[in-house]
Amino acid sequence: MNERTRLFGWILLLVTLAVVPLFLHSARWIDFLEMTLFVAVLGQGWNILAGYGGQYSFGHALFFGTGAYIQALLQVKFGLSPWVAMWFAVSGGALVGAFVGYLSFRYGLRGSYFALITLAFAEAFLVLSRSLKSITEGGQGVQLPLNQDPEQAIATFQFNFAGPFLSEYGFYYTIFIILLLAYGLTAWMERSRFGAQLVAVRENEDAAKALGINAFKVKMGAICLSAGITATCGVYYVQKFLFIEPGIAFGPGKSVEALFAPIIGGLGTVLGPLLGSLFIHGVGEMTKATIGQALGGRPGVDLILFGIILILVLAFLPRGLVGLLEAIWKRLTGGRNA
Amino acid sequence: MEFLGITLPSYGWPTIAGSAISGVFLGSIYALVALGLTLIYGVLHIINFAHGALLMLAMYAVYFLWSTFGIDPYLAMLIVVPGGFFFGYGLQRFVIGKASHGRDEIILLVTLGVSIVIENAALFFFSATERSVRVPYDLDGIDLGVTWAVYPELAALGGSFLITLALWVFMSRTDTGKAIRAVAKERQGAQLMGINVEHIFAVTFGIGVACVAAAASLLVPTYAVHPQIGSLFVLIAFTVVVLGGMGSFVGALVGGFLIGITEQLGRLYLGESLGVITISVIFILVLLFRPTGLFGAKS
Repeated sequence: MNERTRLFGWILLLVTLAVVPLFLHSARWIDFLEMTLFVAVLGQGWNILAGYGGQYSFGHALFFGTGAYIQALLQVKFGLSPWVAMWFAVSGGALVGAFVGYLSFRYGLRGSYFALITLAFAEAFLVLSRSLKSITEGGQGVQLPLNQDPEQAIATFQFNFAGPFLSEYGFYYTIFIILLLAYGLTAWMERSRFGAQLVAVRENEDAAKALGINAFKVKMGAICLSAGITATCGVYYVQKFLFIEPGIAFGPGKSVEALFAPIIGGLGTVLGPLLGSLFIHGVGEMTKATIGQALGGRPGVDLILFGIILILVLAFLPRGLVGLLEAIWKRLTGGRNA
Repeated sequence: MEFLGITLPSYGWPTIAGSAISGVFLGSIYALVALGLTLIYGVLHIINFAHGALLMLAMYAVYFLWSTFGIDPYLAMLIVVPGGFFFGYGLQRFVIGKASHGRDEIILLVTLGVSIVIENAALFFFSATERSVRVPYDLDGIDLGVTWAVYPELAALGGSFLITLALWVFMSRTDTGKAIRAVAKERQGAQLMGINVEHIFAVTFGIGVACVAAAASLLVPTYAVHPQIGSLFVLIAFTVVVLGGMGSFVGALVGGFLIGITEQLGRLYLGESLGVITISVIFILVLLFRPTGLFGAKS
């Protein structure tokens, strides 16, 4: 697939995502799209570190939760504006990333050991957020005061009572803009010198070092970027739901959600996490509407299916759906343009 | 008493000793869960994320054998241990081995996928309700002076020693055990000697799951069963395995006791909710400063 086709495909996809909600006047479907884009951004955060850098984190909730808690606590406890709090939240997430990265990479933890230490840090933060009640309110979580004044909608970053357009689409276009920024950043990274070095470290760290690449520095860059993007998801989550508690913030749920989309969509590609998220959410909705309904709406059906899809993709599609699409495109164009 | 500027409550020796002893009993449960995990890691170099889910599945099996047929949870071992072996054998041979292409990170993700499928299948079929087995002797026990121990706790403690011993004898005295060690040490060399590596991998995984099934039998009289019970143990089991040294049975036993005692003392001094942070802290410190653990081979 050549550059021009690729660019055309991207523009088509993004324009579709930008206009489709305007034709949907159902809150349920707009919510569905919001969550799809949310997971696509969460997945891109994970993808930068794992897909491009080869460092598989099993505790990305750590960064999501840090971002979410900082965003919530700075508003509730210090009365900061959400627009100011978010800078602290995103850099706080990146800082936690730098801390975990510094320890892990300085002591040479790779592969499974890196996965375990990220998991351990997420667990430690889960325990801390539950027990340090004077700071985090403990297990009951932090609730943001609801703003009902339409005049203050923008200032409070709350669109629930913001007039006809914003209350319906405000959060959709917020996550859409976050997606544009995160994906633009990833696309830029992929073409940059830093991105090339990161991929070199993934492919063979010792060889990369022998070529004079500072592997430690490159991995540090990747984990900070990855953690920052993931913390942005935490900011978005808090503004949308006006609530955060330890389980949602640091529990294994978000860590797992972050890795499904990029693996299924295609590791180490810009498009992968978005494609993966569209696919799993589409499949999830369909199963809930068909099988789930037929079986009396019991929970678990969609996750059973996601788990099976994950294993099948790992077994048969090492390059995910992106790899599959490229193979189909190649077949259609008879190998020209490949 | 002061520690790092925090004023800790002071307790008399009987309280501390009682807490430490209950830590030993808790530790024996951690050791039981960790034994299968350390075997699987030692040979296959797999960090088996599905271990907790498999424990939960085996606990459900024990529960249903009791509730449907009235089989005593300890007797149920005769059924769930062989069952666990065959389930584990099949899982490694036909799912994990096939899907992972032999790459460490992929194996990790495949076992994660397996655990998600098992946990949600349990949620779907059995619902989130907690179920507990009641045996007539589960509240009887002996007085240890500073604390009280019920028979199921004593059985778990005895079981952890017996299973460690059985694994050690199996690995050092039987042909299959020797083949497993050969594969663990030198995969290609073992293959050239005519050992079927795929088969040995699956046998090892099967034994690991059989161990976790035995652990399930010993746990059910004291722990209620629900779909999330496995994830409660899985991180602790990883800590025990890393602390003891990946692949070391004695390490798993000693590591289990150390973690159990630390956790109970942590709860005593730091309170119920913050106390468990000692486990994560030990985990992080061991990973950073001594990833080979207490009894692990130098790498």
